[in-house]
Amino acid sequence: MSDLTISRRGLLAGSALLLASTALPTIGFAQTPKKGGRLVLAADSEPRNLNPAIVASNGVFFISSKIIETLAEASFDGKDGLQPRLALSWEGAADGLSVTFKLRDGVKWHDGKPFTSADVAFSALQIWKPLQNLGRTVFKDLAAVDTPDDLTAIFKFAKPTPFQLIRNALPALSSVVPKHLYEVGKIEENPANNAPVGTGPFKFAEYKAGQYYRLTRNDAYWAKDEPYLDEIVYQVLPDRTSAAAALEAEEIQLAAFSAVPLADLDRISKVPGLKVITKGYEGLIYQLVVEINHRRKELADLKVRQAIAHAIDKDFVVKTIFLGYAATATGPVPKNDPQFYTADVPTYPFDVAKANALLDEAGYKRADDGKRFALKLLPAPYFNETKQFGDYLRQALAAIGIDAEIVNNDAAAHIKAVYTDHAFDLAVGPPVFRGDPAISTTILVQSGIPDGVPFSNQGGYKNADLDALIAKASETLDTAARTELYKEFQKKVAADLPLINVAEWSFISVARDTVGNIANNPRWAVSNWADTYLAG
Amino acid sequence: MTRALRLLRRRVVGSVFVLLIVVVGSFLLLEAAPGDAVDAYIVSTGGDAGMIELLRHRWGLDQSELTRLANYLWALLHLDLGQSVTFSRPIRDIILERLPTTLILMGSATVLSFGLGSALGIYAGARPGSIRDRFLSIGSLALYAVPGFWLGLVLIVVFAVDLRWLPIGGIETIASGKTGLARAVDIGIHLVLPVSALGFIYLALYLRMMRAGMAEAWRQDFILAARARGLPRRRIVLAHVARNALLPLVTMLGLQSAQMLGGSVVIESVFAVPGLGRLAQEAVAGRDVPLLLGIILVSAVLVVVINLLVDVAYAVLDPRVGAGEASA
Repeated sequence: MSDLTISRRGLLAGSALLLASTALPTIGFAQTPKKGGRLVLAADSEPRNLNPAIVASNGVFFISSKIIETLAEASFDGKDGLQPRLALSWEGAADGLSVTFKLRDGVKWHDGKPFTSADVAFSALQIWKPLQNLGRTVFKDLAAVDTPDDLTAIFKFAKPTPFQLIRNALPALSSVVPKHLYEVGKIEENPANNAPVGTGPFKFAEYKAGQYYRLTRNDAYWAKDEPYLDEIVYQVLPDRTSAAAALEAEEIQLAAFSAVPLADLDRISKVPGLKVITKGYEGLIYQLVVEINHRRKELADLKVRQAIAHAIDKDFVVKTIFLGYAATATGPVPKNDPQFYTADVPTYPFDVAKANALLDEAGYKRADDGKRFALKLLPAPYFNETKQFGDYLRQALAAIGIDAEIVNNDAAAHIKAVYTDHAFDLAVGPPVFRGDPAISTTILVQSGIPDGVPFSNQGGYKNADLDALIAKASETLDTAARTELYKEFQKKVAADLPLINVAEWSFISVARDTVGNIANNPRWAVSNWADTYLAG
Repeated sequence: MTRALRLLRRRVVGSVFVLLIVVVGSFLLLEAAPGDAVDAYIVSTGGDAGMIELLRHRWGLDQSELTRLANYLWALLHLDLGQSVTFSRPIRDIILERLPTTLILMGSATVLSFGLGSALGIYAGARPGSIRDRFLSIGSLALYAVPGFWLGLVLIVVFAVDLRWLPIGGIETIASGKTGLARAVDIGIHLVLPVSALGFIYLALYLRMMRAGMAEAWRQDFILAARARGLPRRRIVLAHVARNALLPLVTMLGLQSAQMLGGSVVIESVFAVPGLGRLAQEAVAGRDVPLLLGIILVSAVLVVVINLLVDVAYAVLDPRVGAGEASA
């Protein structure tokens, strides 16, 4: 198991960690999994709605992915990076107008009713397409779902839809909920949203607000001998320092999603019986991005944007802010993405002299006080690291004569200021890469998005070439051609800098040595944990 | 006793106005905060323009501020606290779930700080200027200067992580299935650290106040008289010096109850106690205006009631209080 436990020194040696990770095969364990036991882990938030078919977000998946399953899950070594869950196979028609799913036989809902293609059709048409935060975009052209028999679901699209996109969307967007519970009444107000019923290895048992969620073993789970655990308890620990303390005191056995702050990892990795695990999040990549308001005259000038890019020492950011638990970024697709990433894009090495020269060239000379112009910088408050990078960026900009004033807001105020009011010049944001640029990445630079849409281009950037490229990629059916277009997309974004990609990171788990089968898929923390076990 | 009743009636009428001001003021303040419940919600989900519009409509956020305030007050008149936006549940239920926890935490902490604080104050004030007086005064001041969350964390590290005598947090052992006495004991054990953290901080106030009051009283003529009458020292300290110094402490008790509600926000987070303070924090972060108003209202009622009790206690302790009103 030693190849899982990584010391911080080892990490610092190569921040190419994220890059290499998807290439690694699934790790074999010498130990045979043991049955039984209660896994207690830290949860830092309590989602108001636990239905992953409506809210496709990591906070919801963290709990509900054990209860409600998707058609397919991400995989390190499966074909196209997928492994079957409720669907056994999926095939796209050449014309892009249909996708056929063959479903798993003998699957039962937690209430004993059989799972059929009708449930898939209902979930897709009544929930993913009209209600789901991400599905509303990806499934917008879904017109019908044919169910010729109980185990076949054929998705029919009104417009050609790339099969590659649908495939890449499966792990996050295809949670199937039971039709028989949702067909009566309003879907958004269904009690099952807070006490989910699914087909997964664990059943929802109870929720005590502010205290814990408890899931129990589904004895009728379709996978033989699984799950191994009897119970999973999510203990709500709002304070991040207490998660580390709870691990040390052996009150919890696992803290996922970086519940233990980076700064504590060095110390906690030395505690006997605890291991720090950086794998298992390869499919949940967050990007550290400088969002730019192109309405500002200075920032509309490419030279100024290039200067800012040159002023940022990405290696320093990775080493100092992320303590090595991140990788530097080159463009809008993360380095560890196995399908789309290209390194062949314009880069901006750290070079203060060049940055200064570019600003001089652009006509923004230093005034007597050494300053060229002032601007407002809004770091997103959601992560410690985004706030710290805000502080770093302020210093980096000062070195090239740009006087940045930091405006701190809480989450709601930040969202409003940046995405509705556009009351920013530069903002630091953490958009998520979701396995396909069309899901939530192209929207970051595309024009014509209404005000108020979060994590989208609200900086007033407009580039007809780029818009045309995005539109073309969205209707290109051939996987190779589509991939090529997204490589072109990365080049164009890196060249014109509608925003500046600085780093890519994901989360860290800390667990007791007894917890087995951790991190064995790229979305482990939000997968079903059917094979997770407690030894000893 | 009619004196106390009359006082009570006057205060209750005044309190209604206080509460109204609190509600309207808080509403306006919250409205002034940038971002609404939908902004707070989409932080973790994202979503397109259509979804956002739908949410605003469903949560009633597309109505004007005035309409919402009027609706809220109208519902309040019918003793209805409304529906929480972030929890989509009746606010009354949510608050009732959390209130007992906060009351136990606050109550125990108040008893600890008042009880221990005044006892140590008497001990110190019995001999003002002595070594033990100096030691206690400085020690308590040091405790008072410590930030609550830090004291909480230190207690956790020492007693929960290193010694493992006490649980790290929570209000009871999760999913333990305990009932009756076993459960009460379990809750008690879980409360030791948070109550200590909250109580020790405010202990200094009572200690110093008691001590100062006693130091003052020692110089009064009636003490001299008591000593001249040859009363035992113990009796002088308790019945004469301490009793006279007690009154300002009772006033402080009323004022501190409000303070402690604020302090419990931090302590409840550090110790993962599911109380009202943490709920308030979540309501602010989620821009859940009706929920926060509900919490503020309940807290305000709590503070008003405690202060009423303090006033009544005052009237009982000091015959002069309220005597003027009787003749007016």
